[in-house]
Parts: sequence; structure tokens; C-alpha cells
Amino acid sequence: MSGANLQVGEDGRLRHFLSIEGLNRGLLTEILDTAESFAGVTAQTVKKVPLLRGKTIVNLFFEASTRTRTTFELAAKRLSADVLNINVDASSATKGETLLDTLRNLEAMHVDMFVVRHAESGAAHFIARNVEPHVSVINAGDGRHAHPTQAMLDMFTIRRVKGPDFGRLRVAIVGDILHSRVARSQIHALNLLNTGEVRVVAPKTLTPIHVEALGVRPYHDLCEGIRDCDVVIMLRLQRERMQGALLPSEHEYYRLFGLTEDRLSVAKPDVTVMHPGPINRGVEMDSRVADGPHSVILEQVTHGIAVRMAVMSMAMRQQDRTVEDGA
Amino acid sequence: MTGTIEVETLLDGMVRELRTLLQQRGITDAAMVGIHTGGVWVARELHRRMEIAEELGSLDISFYRDDFTRIGMNPQVRPSDLPFNVDDRHIILVDDVLHTGRTIRAALNELFDYGRPASIILAALVERGGRELPIEANVVGQSMDLRENEHVKLTGPDPLTLEIQQLA
Repeated sequence: MSGANLQVGEDGRLRHFLSIEGLNRGLLTEILDTAESFAGVTAQTVKKVPLLRGKTIVNLFFEASTRTRTTFELAAKRLSADVLNINVDASSATKGETLLDTLRNLEAMHVDMFVVRHAESGAAHFIARNVEPHVSVINAGDGRHAHPTQAMLDMFTIRRVKGPDFGRLRVAIVGDILHSRVARSQIHALNLLNTGEVRVVAPKTLTPIHVEALGVRPYHDLCEGIRDCDVVIMLRLQRERMQGALLPSEHEYYRLFGLTEDRLSVAKPDVTVMHPGPINRGVEMDSRVADGPHSVILEQVTHGIAVRMAVMSMAMRQQDRTVEDGA
Repeated sequence: MTGTIEVETLLDGMVRELRTLLQQRGITDAAMVGIHTGGVWVARELHRRMEIAEELGSLDISFYRDDFTRIGMNPQVRPSDLPFNVDDRHIILVDDVLHTGRTIRAALNELFDYGRPASIILAALVERGGRELPIEANVVGQSMDLRENEHVKLTGPDPLTLEIQQLA
């Protein structure tokens, strides 16, 4: 199976969900539409559908993340799947077991899907290439490469607030673009959905070189970058970056790139402010913005469950295709 | 048996039967739910003609199908929408064609995940043979005796037409 088509089966349906690259607009729209249906499940007294009953999903986290793991776990449970959380950091890796050994052991327990989080770029792809044909892999974040479910829940949130026509939207992504897998996935998704204009706003030291090649306009001044924008997506500034030479200090960053109510006033009056969480209050943004009327940060968390339910149910392999695949 | 059938007269007959049934059971505040897609079209017509006060509900049973492990996710899934509390309500469940009964099984399961209805009445525009589950409709627009290679399909929503097709 070639790398390019790893994610999509011959029938055009989702097989793994590893990155936004390699998918088409039709599939992204299908994910958003399906998520819209799952969002309604929370209106039920029994907040659960029997779709993945009898399926086993393993959250395989090589990098700690309570929030992402929790929403994946809740999504799987609302689909009636059985869920296993494995924090590899704390178990096999320290005992010298290789990644492939870990995989083979779990596969032997008849797992149907792996949700993988790893500090190395490409880890989810590697696992997808090495699992049995009936097993699906969902990327829950790999190194600096991709975090496609986060990007899709952001697209879902934008579509809910702004409507389905991305063509009339100007979107700015603000923060550490250089190290952010979230930004990379968001840029691909926004472009696939034909967003009118996508901007990235960051200090020069945190902007990838040739970032224009991704189809975005770079800005190095916050107010210029978010001027007249419909959506402003703030990224989390990872504090470990502060130790390097890339940023002078948190205080200095906030002074230049921190989002305050005052600065936000140059964006459109109905601007929507997003953040993947967890927020560093007083570093990326002021609390008054984070908790203010433009913020949809908590809606993003709620939408994350519906979007992950959509991706998991679409990627789950079917029995009859398993037979063909295995032949 | 091929060709198209006018739906109007069938709907009128269903309205009469439903009214009689509700009267017999002493139900005055029934709510109505259609099953996507054809069932919603039929329900919309019945709902209007019967002047039901409660807003019409709709169910997409994709998440409750019993063939997910074989055919996977329906790419055209739509949100279910029940704009009323299901608990203790008398519900008229509407579908276009009652065939194997599996769709109704799924719809009943989904309804019960919203609450505990007082009762459910099943109304189908067309009832044909081929039941695989012990499920029957209370009210039927027309019963059809179709062969296995014959297929009845409702097109719509405006106008609603029933077509009988011969499968190759």
C-alpha cells in the first residue's frame, strides 16, 4: 500500500486518519456532516449509540495529554466501543520493548483501532503501515507533523459559528507556527475548504521559512495580522521553547503577541477567537479575551467529542472488506 | 406489477385510520416522528393533514443499523431531531416502506434512547412482504404483494410518487 493512499481505501472511504494532507474536500465535508449528526447524541437521555458495540479501541499515548485522551475516550464510549488507555511512557518503553513489539502484543488481543499520540513526527503513519489490515489508526498528534482531529474540530467550530462558506472568511493563526502540528493541520484543512485568506502571525523566529508555500500569508505584527479577520486562532505557546534562543521571555512575548481586548478591536466586530487549550493566561491571551463574548474555546472542547466520534466511526474497518484485504 | 402510484389517496386513507385508532385509544396529544428520508416526507403530509400541534420529529437511524459491521457508515447521515420530550408521550412513528422490519427495530431502539414513550403507533405508506422480524404496522396506506426482484421506492418530496421497479 503506498504512503499517499494509506488513509483512503480504494472505495474512496476513510481507512486511517493520519493527516489532513492526502484527503480531499469531499471527505472533510463528510467528516463535518457526520460530526453534526453525532452532536445530536448529547440530546438523548442515553448519550450513546450502539454503532461500535463489540469493537475495541486502544488509546496508545506515548506522550501525555489528558484533554485529548479524555475526549477520544469519551467519543469511543459514546459509540459503545470498549476502550483501553495505554500510557506507553510509563510501561513498555522503560522496559525496552520496541514499538512493533508493543503493537503485536496489542493486536494479539484483537484490537480494532489504535488512537496514537507520539512525540515523533510520522509515528502514526509508521504504525498504520505495520498494523494488520483490519486495524485502523487515528493520529492524535505526532511530533511537529500533524494533529488532524484538532484541526477538524476547529473547522467544525468555524462552520457552526460562521456558516458553511469558508470562501468569505479571513482566518489568522497566531503563535508558534514553527513547532505547531496543530497549525500545520489547520492550514491544510482551511485551504482544502477554500478559505478566502489564511494568515499566520508569529515572531520571525517562530515562523517556518517559505511558509508561503503552504498557501498562507505571514505577518510578524499582531495587529496587522488580525486586522479585519473573521476568525483568530491562538496557539498554545509551549513553555519549553522559552529555554531556547527563540523567544526572549513570556513577558516579552505577551507584550508583542498577547491577544488583549484592545488589540482584538482591529479584527471584524463579530470576530471569533479560538484556542486548542490549555490556555496560558497572560501569555498568549488575556483572560478577558479567553472568557469574553468572542471566545468559543469551551465549544471547541464539546465539538471535539462529536468530531472524534465521526472520524472513528468512518475509519472503523468493515468485516467484509477485512476478508478482501486479508486475501 | 410496475409503474407509479398516486400517493394522495393513500395518505387520506391513512389519516382516517390514524384518527380512528387515536380515538379508540383515547389519545389526544400524539406526537409524530418520521424516519429519514422517505418516512419524513410521508410524516410531513400526515402531520399537516392531521393538524398535530406538536412539531414534527425526525430520526436518522444510521447509528442504530444492524449492518454497520458489514457496510460501514452511511455517508449521508443526518442529525436526528426530536423537538419534544419523548417520556410518557404517545408517538406515531412513520416510514415509507415496511419491508424486513429492521429499520423499525433500529428506530425503536433510538427512540428509547431519548426516553420512555407511553406508546408507539407504526404507520407505513406501503407494506410489503418479506418481514425478518416480528414487527407489523398499525396503519398501512397500501399493502403490496411484490416478488423478491421487485422494489418499491418513494420519490419526492414534491410530488410524492411511488415507483415499482424490476431489479435485474
